[in-house]
Amino acid sequence: MKDMTTSGPMIEFRKDLFADERDDNLNEIGKPTRRQDILGHVTGRSPFFDDHLFDGLLHLRCTRSPHHHARIRRIDTSAADRMPGVVRVLTGKDVPTNLNTLLSLLDFGLDDEPILTDTKVAYMGEPVAAVIAETEAQARAAAAAVVVEWDVLPHVLDVEEAIKPGAPAVLDIYPNNLFVYHGKYDHQKLRFGDADRALAEADHIVEGRYQMSPIEQAPIETCGAIAAPEQNDRFVCYTSTQALFFSLGTAAKVLNIPSSRLHFIGGTVGGGFGGKVDSIHEPLAILGAMLTGRPVKYAWDRAEEMQVGAPRGAERWYVTDGVMNDGRIVARKFTGYFDAGAYTRLSSYAIIKGVGHLPGPYTIPNVSANVYCVYTNRTPATAMRGFGITGVDFAIEAHMDKVAETVGMNPIELRILNAYRDGDMKAHRREAKNCALIECAQVVAEKAGVTLSPELKAATSVTGGGGARGALPAHTATDEDGQVEGFQATSYANTSGASSAPQPSPTTSAPAPQPITSAPAPRPATPPAPPTSTPTPSPTPPAAADKKPARSGAMRFSSLSGFRRR
Amino acid sequence: MTTLETYPTMEDAARAMGADATFLGGGTVVMRAVNEGVATPRLIRVTDPGLAHISTVGEILRLGASVTMADVLAHRDLAFLHPVARQIGGPQVRNMATVAGNLFAEHPYGDFATALLALGAQVTVTGQGGARSVDEVLRDRDRAGLVSAVEIPRPRDVRSFGFRKVSRVKPKGVSVLCIAAYLPRESGRIRGARVAFGAMGPTPLRSSGAERALEGQMLDTATAEGAAAAATEGLSPATDQIATEWYRREVAGVHLKRLLTEMERG
Amino acid sequence: MVKKPVNLTLNDSPRAAFADPGQNLLDFLRREIGDLSPKFGCGQGTCGACTVTIDGQTQLSCLVLAETVDGKEVRTASGLANGATLDPLQDAFMDHFAAQCGYCTPGMLVSARTLLDRNPRPTRDEVIEAISGNLCRCTGYEPIITAILSVAEGRARA
Repeated sequence: MKDMTTSGPMIEFRKDLFADERDDNLNEIGKPTRRQDILGHVTGRSPFFDDHLFDGLLHLRCTRSPHHHARIRRIDTSAADRMPGVVRVLTGKDVPTNLNTLLSLLDFGLDDEPILTDTKVAYMGEPVAAVIAETEAQARAAAAAVVVEWDVLPHVLDVEEAIKPGAPAVLDIYPNNLFVYHGKYDHQKLRFGDADRALAEADHIVEGRYQMSPIEQAPIETCGAIAAPEQNDRFVCYTSTQALFFSLGTAAKVLNIPSSRLHFIGGTVGGGFGGKVDSIHEPLAILGAMLTGRPVKYAWDRAEEMQVGAPRGAERWYVTDGVMNDGRIVARKFTGYFDAGAYTRLSSYAIIKGVGHLPGPYTIPNVSANVYCVYTNRTPATAMRGFGITGVDFAIEAHMDKVAETVGMNPIELRILNAYRDGDMKAHRREAKNCALIECAQVVAEKAGVTLSPELKAATSVTGGGGARGALPAHTATDEDGQVEGFQATSYANTSGASSAPQPSPTTSAPAPQPITSAPAPRPATPPAPPTSTPTPSPTPPAAADKKPARSGAMRFSSLSGFRRR
Repeated sequence: MTTLETYPTMEDAARAMGADATFLGGGTVVMRAVNEGVATPRLIRVTDPGLAHISTVGEILRLGASVTMADVLAHRDLAFLHPVARQIGGPQVRNMATVAGNLFAEHPYGDFATALLALGAQVTVTGQGGARSVDEVLRDRDRAGLVSAVEIPRPRDVRSFGFRKVSRVKPKGVSVLCIAAYLPRESGRIRGARVAFGAMGPTPLRSSGAERALEGQMLDTATAEGAAAAATEGLSPATDQIATEWYRREVAGVHLKRLLTEMERG
Repeated sequence: MVKKPVNLTLNDSPRAAFADPGQNLLDFLRREIGDLSPKFGCGQGTCGACTVTIDGQTQLSCLVLAETVDGKEVRTASGLANGATLDPLQDAFMDHFAAQCGYCTPGMLVSARTLLDRNPRPTRDEVIEAISGNLCRCTGYEPIITAILSVAEGRARA
């Protein structure tokens, strides 16, 4: 290993922190190491999906909707069929199982998205036909020659507009443009303590509205796949996917063939950042190879990557805090709207993850959240680096600064005062462990030249937590707002065909189930009465240092709730 | 399908041009269209090495049609234009993109053309006698003909020319807007002010308001403020992925004032 | 569709193949010649993943019509190593973690090599300018700059 410190260390290792919890005699951890794949990278020989040459490779390109929302009256491919180099034009009827939702493999959500739609488009750029031709230029020209007769429908592009009565229905299967949680509610709930009562008793009410736009992952390598028949009744598929077995399972479902007939090769990804999990390209490339008997490449160009590549979805958050004069936050309420775009993809899951993260890394005894997964006529949203967390963290941390300003505290001090400590009870009823925000904030203060009070300077994550702070609330206020009928309560949303229970079928256009209650309030409830001077139940002040045992225990990963200690 | 025709001279190329043909210069604009499948069926190029020459005739700098941004940066007599050329694309684009081609680059491109407009450059068109002003070429680019050279009058005092590009990404980014100002002075007063904005309309455009506010004045803070206040007169910005029309109008004067302040300080 | 013969020198070797009308150099190098080191990222001259040199100048191969390189000298990232001996820049990129996904790396290396050939002792600002036409989306610019400077300072094999 050569000198890695040409420009000085980029990372500062603070070995003084949690020294008793760390083993410094590890071979790799804490030391720079060479990537295993880097020789291929610097010699230009790493095999990305498109770095496989096939004789007779065909190219697939899609005809896409120019409208945000429209019914398809007719698709006429006859002119495209006659274009030079065209081998085959695919439409929805060619796709064996032309309806899918990404998380169906996890039994999560209803099949809602056609591979090639032939009835209705719900976002601009949605594919309606796929042209397979000898060259990319020929596929491009022929895709433009597919004639679609549209009945343009009204569209909705804003989350709060989409849930107003009378808004255009993006998907027929979800009532009021809202995903259904637990087969029961039109939003994901979090209830911990009694936020409304605590707000009424707080010294200050601090409200904020935060909005984050969609963000395209924009990998330098655009998403794509090449599929080819093998000589053993299987199909090989080279793909840019970030989720090889997920894409394999999705392709098997869409193509209605056993996954044993699919040979997926991937793992070399030219940048993904979450944008390469949607398994859009593999099914169509394989279908093309099946129907033509030749290798078929389906890849987005840059414009498609930016327009129809699923971004990190937009989020809008309303946050209301109840704060005491000394800076203790005693209540926090959220109303959140995730913009799923036109189809579910991973947004429903992002919300589960996000709600588990509320109210941020702070011990707040009364927390309430209603978070809505909203369908709009925008590009469907999907994963991107910390999705579900990033947007609401922006809201929470911006709001923390607002709270600090309200009570006249330094924002770093406010964070240390309210931070999780080991043993505290989190709002989703898990014990806080391995906390380190206090130490981070202290280092930040040091770097920023902020002088902390002696008390906060002495605070640690391993002391002062637990006890009353680790107890569940004596009373939690619950409600049944936002109930939806017609869905099964056995899952996050019922799955079609999996059970005999009555449920809406996504393959028919049956009338959408009606919610029992009215549409969710687009804004959080009116702030409670003016603050009184009576302090409310609050986190017990940090107790005297009671030394805790060093943290230990193996981790396991749960896709729905993150890391847990056994 | 796009086919390429190669000719030895501009005259031959001019004869071959037609509604179904596009002249291929450095390729940075035309090849995008080829890749997107929207190019004309015929592309026409010229191999005459003389078109890459930069020559000085008296006070006129003459740049052949295939002179690139990198060629400009390598030429000492064009030092006053280096700050313009340096801010176009990255190194690869500067090795390819031509000065003449920049006159035909569509919004939001055309930073160099903005500088040419402010400098009162002239354009030689193949098969047409005499030179035409850049103003005239930009007004009707589709019928401009084949540009064989661009002629730039050398500023008597290089400090009378200033350029400012505003982009969100540095050092390589597309213009939110750019401004080129040519403010020759006689006895300290501006005579013949030319102020051009790029990305503030379908082509680089002159700000009639700023020019009027500057003409005959000393270049001082009050003058700069007057010019900034009138900056958007004569411009017609659009909303695109880079910025909204509103934003461009809001900041045009701010950036003009900053440019004029820099120029005032010399 | 009439294909055009193209003779070129690629990384010091004479090569020839037929180009389709309208085929860009990137596609030609990858599919007709078989040099897969230049990458497609945008096809519009924005990302720099397809950077090659033509007669010593860095250019974007997606914006060059293949048939126009007939008779020219083209270099790509696959020509940087001499057999098993890597270019010092390649070593430096490995040592300094200057590649994450690796997709921008070939273009980045071509830009960096061209810089150092002309200017063996660039400043940090000159390095930044030289790679400004090459986008890295894994945000590895700092290690890339460090790697290039380490070669410029002759430290790569220290």
